[in-house]
Amino acid sequence: MTLTYLIGALILAIGISVNRAKWLNYTLVGIFLLLQWTFTVYACFHLGETDLGYFTFDSLGILLLVTLSIISIPAMIHSRIYVENHHESGDVRAIYFLAMIGLITAVGAGYLANHIAVTWIFTEITTLSASALIYHHRNKLALEGTWKYVFICAISITFVFIGILFLSLSIQQSGTGHMSYSSLLASAPMMNPFWLRLAFLFIFTGYTVKLGLVPMFTAGVDAKDKAPAPAGALLSSVLMNLGFVGVFRMYIIVANTPLHHWANLVIGISAFLSLFVATVYMIKVKNIKRMLAYSGIEHMGLVMLGVAAGGIGYYAAILHIILHALVKSSLFFQFSQVYRVFQSKSIYQLGNYFKYNTTGAMVLLLGFISAAAMPPSGLFVSEFLIFRSMFEAHQLVLLIAVLLLLTMIIWAFGKNILKILFIPPVGFNENNVPRISPWESVTQFILLAAAVYLGLNPPVEFVQLIEQSLILLPH
Amino acid sequence: MIDVLLITFLITLFYMAIANRLMTYIKVLAIQGILLFVVAFLQLEEINPLNLGLILLETIVVKAIVVPVFLVYILRKNNITREAEPFLSNFFSLIITTLIVVLTILLSNTIENTQLDKIFFIVAMSTLFFGLYLIATRRKIITHVMGYLVIENGIFVLSLAVGNEMPMLVNLGIMLDIFASVLILGIFLNKIGDVFKDVDVQQLNSLKDV
Repeated sequence: MTLTYLIGALILAIGISVNRAKWLNYTLVGIFLLLQWTFTVYACFHLGETDLGYFTFDSLGILLLVTLSIISIPAMIHSRIYVENHHESGDVRAIYFLAMIGLITAVGAGYLANHIAVTWIFTEITTLSASALIYHHRNKLALEGTWKYVFICAISITFVFIGILFLSLSIQQSGTGHMSYSSLLASAPMMNPFWLRLAFLFIFTGYTVKLGLVPMFTAGVDAKDKAPAPAGALLSSVLMNLGFVGVFRMYIIVANTPLHHWANLVIGISAFLSLFVATVYMIKVKNIKRMLAYSGIEHMGLVMLGVAAGGIGYYAAILHIILHALVKSSLFFQFSQVYRVFQSKSIYQLGNYFKYNTTGAMVLLLGFISAAAMPPSGLFVSEFLIFRSMFEAHQLVLLIAVLLLLTMIIWAFGKNILKILFIPPVGFNENNVPRISPWESVTQFILLAAAVYLGLNPPVEFVQLIEQSLILLPH
Repeated sequence: MIDVLLITFLITLFYMAIANRLMTYIKVLAIQGILLFVVAFLQLEEINPLNLGLILLETIVVKAIVVPVFLVYILRKNNITREAEPFLSNFFSLIITTLIVVLTILLSNTIENTQLDKIFFIVAMSTLFFGLYLIATRRKIITHVMGYLVIENGIFVLSLAVGNEMPMLVNLGIMLDIFASVLILGIFLNKIGDVFKDVDVQQLNSLKDV
């Protein structure tokens, strides 16, 4: 089935690229969504099985794959609205949808890969398709964003590759030459600690470009700023989850060696620095799209703090990335409506959004409440559990520092969002404001509601899947 | 013999640290490609012929011929001036490169494991850090690309060290090389040169938070 999925996606992508007819493009995108969901349902019914040698439908992969498939539907709907509103030519439209299909397929396959090199390959492919999306507007700023993204991603994937080389050195003593996650886990107790340390450092640093942590977070922020909002929604939700998968699967292996505490220290330092950086930029930033991107860095920092603290923190981390993906993508989808009203990204030129688009303003308000983790947001539950795990790990000083930083982030975030919602902008011409259909916001409400539901009243199967994906970690 | 070649490789880094012209950089990259070809040929004895052919193709054809020719073409097409324009003087450049090499040697002395030839580790890590240093201290965007190519050469050395046990990793490294070179050089050739006339990193600072 995985082969059918990959080949099917490839054929559909080629079909879109050779054909410029509008109805045919949209039909092919529709068929792709159908294929994506067929594959997801198939994967759910074959939990734990290995397909094609390199793909295993394990619980972490399934959870994130379902999240991806859920987000991909509104992503395609909003992409269509976006492309129609910009009156894009056939070429531009074809490349856009080609890159979207490539990105979704590569992210999905990367989640399920059971071999460290296969995850790495699909991460490379996401760089390629993301760069096509970032360059969508074909102007100087888009080129700058694309260049920075491609260059930093190239260095990062090189780092991951160096990490894989060191990992192969560390397992030479155990005699197995296989680098699938399961055989790496089996040989974990015999690994050479020196090489394993280097391997973990390089792999972690490399994946931070996708995950959005210090040190490689900068490229991702520029990318989310310059990519069209529906594509930015994918970059700031499901692609970040791919980075998490890359780090977390490696972390499981290291956690089963004596280096567990050292790895926690590395992750914890990087996570705390990310929170600090996110706070500094959130206070300063005036571009709403970049503000959302920095908020993503903050959330990934919290997730990694949960992982570093351990205990209930593992559970909270996985819950948090799923809920964050739903909330953050809905905020990005809403942004394209904001941009249509104000034709600007700068906070100075936005304001009084409730007057111009009431439904959209509701999304923005609810999205803000969700992203700031205020009840009844589902993120409140996961953040609370992360704080509890830090408390139980006796990291009180760190916890207090994190809470202080979070207070500043919520203040900055709230100040900007409330300005957009209620304070009239200076010198804004109301006559040209387009009427935006309330139906366009329906998908965003559904995503936000799903985040509340999964956080406050998680279904039994959902909890079981999260617990199964943590079963390999030491307790 | 391999040791001599690898030390020659290390010396090319010192030469690169004090070179002033972009053409010199390109020539050094081509020489590094040829050195890697010989090292690969001597080092990988247990590998099957098809794989060996692929590796030789990658080092000789891609690293020593195609990429340098391509870089020269980019220089001509975009009328890039021939100076490398470093931020630091050659003297400091040399000192920093020496420090990088000495530190990697010190780091390698802490390894207790005997399975890896230490010289591969030293050369690979020095090349990696030297490449990062080159990216950080040169003004032109094209020198960033060259710094990245230097890093890739370093990674190739490292993958040769494990190449006999795990040929798959060498192939993956080649895939990375070709993929990244095509992507980066492709963007450079098609777009950057046309849009940013002076091709200076100072122009890449329009994306801001304020």
